[in-house]
Amino acid sequence: MRQFEYTAPQSTQQAIGLLGQNWQQAQVLAGGTDLLALMKDDIVTPKRVVNIKAIPGLAGIQYNAAGGLRIGALTKLADVADNADVRSKYPAIAYAYDEAASPQIRYMATVGGNLCQRPRCWYFRNGFGLIPQHEGKAMVADGDNRYHAIIGNEGAAKFVSPSTIAPALIAHNAKVRIVGPSGQRELELAKFYRVPQSADDREHDLKPNELVTEIIVPPMQNAKTAQYEVRQKQAFDWPLALASVALWMDGNTVKQANVVLGAVAPVPWVSQEAAQALVGKPLNEQSADAAAQAAVSIAKPLSRNAYKIQLTRVAVKRALMQAAGGQS
Amino acid sequence: MEFNWPDAQNRSVIGKRLSRVDGPEKVSGRAKYTYDQNPKGLLYGIMVRCPYPHAKISAIDTSAAEKMPGVKAVKVIQKVGSEIHWAGDEVVGIAAVSEGVAEDAARVVKIDYEQLPFMVDDVTEPHGQIAADTGPYDEDAIWDMLDNQVPANQMIERIKSGGLTFKPTEANLKEFGANGASPAVVDALGKAEVKQGAAPQVKSPYKRAALQTQGDPDAAFKEAEAVSEGYYGASVITHCCLETHGGMAAWNPTTNLVEAQISTQNTSGMAGQMAEPLGVPASNIHHQMQYIGGGFGSKFSPDRWSIVAAQLSKMAGGAPVKMFLDRRAELEVAGARPSAFAKIKIGVKKDGTVTAWDSSSWGTGGPGGGGAYPIPYVFDIPNQRKQHTAVATNTGPARAWRAPSHPQAAALSMCAMEDAAAKIGMDPYDFFLKNIELTGPRAKSYAEELKIADELMGWKKNWHQRGDKTSGPVKRGLGLSIHTWGGRGHASNCDVTIQPDGSVEIKIGTQDLGTGTRTAILMVASDTLGVPMQNIRLLIGDSKYPVSGGSGGSTTIGGVSSSSRRATVTALNMLFAKVAPALNAKPEELSAKDGKIFVTAAPDRAMTWKQACAKLGGMPITAQGKNPDREHPPDLTNSGVAGVQMADVSVDTETGIVRVNKMVAVQDCGLIISMKTAESQVLGALIMGISYALYEEKHMDPVSGRMLNPNMQFYRLAGLADIPELVVRMMTGPGYDERGVIGLGEPPVVSPGAAISNAVANAIGVRVPEIPLTPDRVIAALQKGVA
Repeated sequence: MRQFEYTAPQSTQQAIGLLGQNWQQAQVLAGGTDLLALMKDDIVTPKRVVNIKAIPGLAGIQYNAAGGLRIGALTKLADVADNADVRSKYPAIAYAYDEAASPQIRYMATVGGNLCQRPRCWYFRNGFGLIPQHEGKAMVADGDNRYHAIIGNEGAAKFVSPSTIAPALIAHNAKVRIVGPSGQRELELAKFYRVPQSADDREHDLKPNELVTEIIVPPMQNAKTAQYEVRQKQAFDWPLALASVALWMDGNTVKQANVVLGAVAPVPWVSQEAAQALVGKPLNEQSADAAAQAAVSIAKPLSRNAYKIQLTRVAVKRALMQAAGGQS
Repeated sequence: MEFNWPDAQNRSVIGKRLSRVDGPEKVSGRAKYTYDQNPKGLLYGIMVRCPYPHAKISAIDTSAAEKMPGVKAVKVIQKVGSEIHWAGDEVVGIAAVSEGVAEDAARVVKIDYEQLPFMVDDVTEPHGQIAADTGPYDEDAIWDMLDNQVPANQMIERIKSGGLTFKPTEANLKEFGANGASPAVVDALGKAEVKQGAAPQVKSPYKRAALQTQGDPDAAFKEAEAVSEGYYGASVITHCCLETHGGMAAWNPTTNLVEAQISTQNTSGMAGQMAEPLGVPASNIHHQMQYIGGGFGSKFSPDRWSIVAAQLSKMAGGAPVKMFLDRRAELEVAGARPSAFAKIKIGVKKDGTVTAWDSSSWGTGGPGGGGAYPIPYVFDIPNQRKQHTAVATNTGPARAWRAPSHPQAAALSMCAMEDAAAKIGMDPYDFFLKNIELTGPRAKSYAEELKIADELMGWKKNWHQRGDKTSGPVKRGLGLSIHTWGGRGHASNCDVTIQPDGSVEIKIGTQDLGTGTRTAILMVASDTLGVPMQNIRLLIGDSKYPVSGGSGGSTTIGGVSSSSRRATVTALNMLFAKVAPALNAKPEELSAKDGKIFVTAAPDRAMTWKQACAKLGGMPITAQGKNPDREHPPDLTNSGVAGVQMADVSVDTETGIVRVNKMVAVQDCGLIISMKTAESQVLGALIMGISYALYEEKHMDPVSGRMLNPNMQFYRLAGLADIPELVVRMMTGPGYDERGVIGLGEPPVVSPGAAISNAVANAIGVRVPEIPLTPDRVIAALQKGVA
């Protein structure tokens, strides 16, 4: 690991002052489960590390029926998974937090850090860059892309969005609160993620001197939710595809649907096609099948990842069938 | 007292299910591994590695690193003009006062490379120009084999069968020895037949070995009533030792003495291997190591990193230098199990009799190409035609991986045999039994073990024809495989000392690879002397102790149990001689048990162990034991085991994900010294087997030629949640115990890949040709759909 300046601000304002104008200057340290590995592997080499763990008020979970759920950015994943309100009112979110990583990591990693973690693309993690280049050539299309994107992969970025929790939050219409030099702003989490155009871009809307402070999830009424993750190993493995769904029902008819895919595109992918296939239909095996088919209708596999189309279709169908069987 | 192993009724400790003696040390963290060592004044070693899979070095500039404060020594390992054959190969070694300074220094070393074309594809069937690999070999060819770290056994086989084009001089042989040729290889070179005219050198990554035939395969296939054809494969995997490769060395420039601690499977062999490259007499080198965090066959040599650590130490004035590989280097360069792929044809009669085998196989062991596989595995089919082509790739060199060549041979052969059974609609259990005589001398053991495995798995009750016909996407199936191994004990020496105060000390220059070697030695000694295990002090892991073999080939238990048995019996007989007069008996009339020495025929005439030892007067007894030892019969070790494994799996046919529900392993290994550690060996092998059957694979990037998953995230290992119910049954009693002690480390890891693959085929009705059985492969096989 290279040498760096370590700082531990006591307030968000101090933290923002310590962050830089560009990503090379400073990095935020919270749980450290991703940043430290990236620094040890010489993938990220900040001049300054800003440890925000000492800032008061950034951890904690609040719930009320009218306002919904608020989760502080420094809350540990395990604390969200174990929270009684989350478990009873937002079971799909609880599931997503419960299934992420390993117990040790869940007790270290934070909610904000999970949303801002860098892609797991093996070219990126081996130092070939976010838009991997070798001898001036793009690597992923000709390389080993078995774990890469099948949707939204037309541009230079072909990695997949790594968070298994972001799709669940997006399906629940969550918002993210961000603090920067000019104050506070709120953004739909779905719009927080962006496809980088160059290797120096980030995978989200955050500026180098901004901090994620809170996640806000609206109350869920008459909604059925579920998440299905296709994992090769039973535990501590990144899913090959996942789908998170939230369906607002009118009797047995789907009134509104959010179908969000993970691990298949450079961002958590909100599938308009799947939602359209569901709205106005009863929720049953037939409509779930049609929605799953619609979700992958726009998929364009790379040379080695066509199998992920089937995995994604299965994830969508199984998430929908699970939601159909669940409590409203 | 006789040397032979005691009968079942006379064993006090041998065969018992006792916990390993160093368990508390390990789980509490008190056991210190080489990686844990942090002596005062320690310097951190680091390697600058080549980032390209094939390149020529055109310039090396270490000046900036040398000037950096905190850098104590810099050693250039390669020369300008050296050709690098795999990414991650070492170019420059550095020692510095901290890990951070060492890394900073490594980053400022400037090396220019001329990149050369590379090849990392081993799975594509060999095509185009293919060279012959039949010898005779010229001097360049021998140097190529040494540069590419071709394993010694393969080199010897090639030299013996192919011969040389030149007669090596003494100077030649010495130079080969100084550059990595083991004594056995040097010996083979010296004795090789000299033939004129080298084989024509075709520039090709493919080298075809001589065609091998047995019987009349053409006639046998013509007469066969059914022929099964298929493609099978096993990918390259890595050893992935949790304690990575590395060592610590201090070379005092004044005394010329070297103190070394290397994470190794080969305590007694270390000094000899370090002497030549360091230019220090082996007797000046002291090596000791108490605990090793995994080796699996990959840690027999000091390797370049520990040699360079010693050289850096001398350059730095003698301070200890610790050089360990990081995870990336561990997975990229410190060992790989060769891949194996084959197109196989099997001819059978309708009653299940196997008559013919035809295989065209290939695979890579890295830049050296690699050797052929022992196929057809276990079943010596009467009529055979076999052709193997080695694929030389710019990937890290292969090393012996637990049961070298056997897991791959099983994955190819047992899957092909299962397909042949399916072709005629026969239960593979019956099919294997039908042909069991082809397995040779262990046929009776296999038959017994199959029967027990059936009972433990419920095979006959639950087996169905190919393709689970129940509804729903998840299909269930059963698969089996059988395996063999040698396991005769290696050469081993043991010293035992009995002190007048009754204390006992044993010294053996062996090592405990994590297999329970300490526990087994103490159980043998305790059983022989009748003294509790905790009253015996056991010293191992030091090159100054009596020489004992490296822990490879499942040879340790047979070696150390035999040498320690002979040493303790001899010492006890010496003690009997001293105390016999006091008991009014002859020495041969005495026995030792439960801390007492007594007259066998009149147990009341006894004295305690302490009283007996007090009769020694002022001087202790010391005795030696060794293996083999024809002068002190009987032979206490033996060779040849049989094992049967069965797997029960569920396959989600929509996602391609395989889960193992249960595994059964039935295994013999002669007389079992330590039942619990024996069972643990098999359990560990099943876990390792599930891991390579489902998850492990070294992925090489076709664009950059680098390993893409040199980390624990994408180099998947089975976790706790992936491990199902494991049932182990060790064969004991008549027919097994009287054979003597036989090694166990390797055989049980041979079958899991084949058994699990066969279970998947049984579940989903089609063969997934390659292991690991990943979702993409399972889905592809289902889509292809042909049974």
